[in-house]
Amino acid sequence: MSEELKVPIMADCFAADKQPEILFWVGSAGSFDDRAKKISRAFVKILNKANVDFAVLGTEESCTGDIAKRAGNEFLFQMQAVTNIEVLNAYGVKRIVTCDPHSFNCLKNEYPGLGGSYEVLHHTQFIDELIKSGRLKIEADTYKGKRITFHDPCYLGRSNNEYDAPRNVLASTKANIIEMKRNKQTALCCGAGGAQMFKEPEKGAMDINVLRTEDALETKPHIIATGCPYCNTMLTDGIKNKEKEAEVSVLDIAELIANS
Amino acid sequence: MQYIPNILFLLLLVGGVGYFTMNIRKLIRNINLGLDVDRKDQKNIRFKNMAKIALGQTKMVRRPIAGFLHIIVYVGFLIINIEVLEIIIDGLFGTHRIFAPLGKAYNVLIGSFEILALLVLVAIIAFWIRRNVIKIKRFFSAEMTGWPKSDGNNILYFEIVLMLLFLTMNAADYKLQLLEAAHYVKAGAFPVSSWMIAPFIDGLSESALIVIERSAWWLHIAGILVFLNYLYFSKHLHILLAFPNTYFAKLTPNGQFTNSEAVTKEVKLMMDPDADPYATPDPVAETEEVAKFGASDVMDLNWIQLMNAYTCTECGRCTSECPANLTGKKLSPRKIMMDTRDRLEEVGKNIDANNGEFKDDGKQLLGDYITTEELWACTTCNACVETCPVSIDPLSIINEMRRYLVMEESAAPTELNNMMSNIENNGAPWPYNQMDRLNWVNE
Repeated sequence: MSEELKVPIMADCFAADKQPEILFWVGSAGSFDDRAKKISRAFVKILNKANVDFAVLGTEESCTGDIAKRAGNEFLFQMQAVTNIEVLNAYGVKRIVTCDPHSFNCLKNEYPGLGGSYEVLHHTQFIDELIKSGRLKIEADTYKGKRITFHDPCYLGRSNNEYDAPRNVLASTKANIIEMKRNKQTALCCGAGGAQMFKEPEKGAMDINVLRTEDALETKPHIIATGCPYCNTMLTDGIKNKEKEAEVSVLDIAELIANS
Repeated sequence: MQYIPNILFLLLLVGGVGYFTMNIRKLIRNINLGLDVDRKDQKNIRFKNMAKIALGQTKMVRRPIAGFLHIIVYVGFLIINIEVLEIIIDGLFGTHRIFAPLGKAYNVLIGSFEILALLVLVAIIAFWIRRNVIKIKRFFSAEMTGWPKSDGNNILYFEIVLMLLFLTMNAADYKLQLLEAAHYVKAGAFPVSSWMIAPFIDGLSESALIVIERSAWWLHIAGILVFLNYLYFSKHLHILLAFPNTYFAKLTPNGQFTNSEAVTKEVKLMMDPDADPYATPDPVAETEEVAKFGASDVMDLNWIQLMNAYTCTECGRCTSECPANLTGKKLSPRKIMMDTRDRLEEVGKNIDANNGEFKDDGKQLLGDYITTEELWACTTCNACVETCPVSIDPLSIINEMRRYLVMEESAAPTELNNMMSNIENNGAPWPYNQMDRLNWVNE
């Protein structure tokens, strides 16, 4: 990375008696998956540019337990949740932002019942907020006139009814946004949800990510935009499967904005 | 002797309504076999949802053609049923067109019933064509053979016959009014039957017309009562259950899965530093039944999920949007609901046959109806939940059954077991050290 990223750590803020405006929940994918790490860095670049006072938990963060819950292991989920809630509550965290819709859904909807109530935002919602309040200005015309199609992540869209924030943010890049036939409420899943990311698909005629990639390719896009590290992996694989890597790139909205 | 028709009518009515009531009580008993879940909160929002989704059909019109046709049939049936009230009063008291003194208003009423009846006929024929000629794909999945397939057509035939009987009865009445036959008061307007049916009975004698009018009248009301009793055995039950089902539907975000309370109890105990692992077990707690994690049979599901199963009208919108099903996997959310209903019916019959007690029949929902292959194909994407026109939640059943597989049977696919042991050991689904969680910053 050429640019130096400023990533404050919660424990240091706490020691210095500072309460950051927002906690960036990096998530397991954002911390360990090579593709998703780039999204985390892009998002931090935005946070730095907009002078957002934030922090991460760093080594004190652990998996939300979301994937375990979707796989049916409620026990493991609750163990993870209770441990994370202890850390979050000890730091008095009020506001959380994350690039992972699965963490977003889990923290926002499933943690309150176990004693962890926070205001939780998906990064596209937070970026939308930064742009609207004038804290973040999109000046470059990097994507002006480019054909971009947005793939709704299930856990942001159908699961939490957020369809506008990512589209608002995309609109600010002056790109030409083209909707897929299946979009918003009827958007097709990328195939990774419900712990499918971690297993081979069941027997079938084709893989879900390939079908969804076909949906996206119908719009003849330069870029397929996503807001989820898992969707990103699935669609990137789909593009490879269709041998379209040269023409179409799969980018997270944070990456698009970080480059604008 | 002159009261024989009245008595016959009363018997028919009591028989029809009585048998229906008996089956509805059975239905309620079966639904109550499910676990309790509190859905008495936020009554305003619940009423609004019911008004919008069930009464207002807002989700039906997301598919404009089917939605429009369905609204015609729905409105038609709702309004034509006012006529049933008159038929019942006439039948019981031996009157004829008791509401006729309403005069002009009566003409408008009967006239609009006729127009609606025609529209219903047209819509139903369109439905029949969609099912049998165009063969719309979602009506032809693996689970749509046998009874479910004929059920779909039976309903259409029933409705065609009922509408034709209604119009025939009116046409004969109209002719009799023209002939100034005794008892046939001049009342009503017949904008449809007068040209659609009347020409077929032109020139018939008064007595022949009376036979036709009376037969159509009796067959029509008898048909309605038979149809009413058909509901319990059919997907058509949705005309009643759509209302409670949309009222009691989940109000929290689609993505929010329940936190199992039984698990919370265990987790709290494990995390409690004061808990004594060698303590003598609490005798009260010991006698309590050990909670079962997840669901392997219908009794482990909650009553909302069981009501969902009876409400399902097998339209297949869920399955047609399911990413697993679209890519050829075995999972079909509609089948999950149909299986749940079939098993619940089986359990209900078992209870009836064994004096109110369920006798273990060596069967369960998991395995005998729903296979693990179906359960593990789900991406939990909520497409089925979002699209259901009557707010059914197949995903919640899938998740409960996964919970049973994982927590009671340790029967998750191997790759998922690896993922879960990674989370357990290092707080991430991959085998990376938690101490490396910040390395991304400097890479």
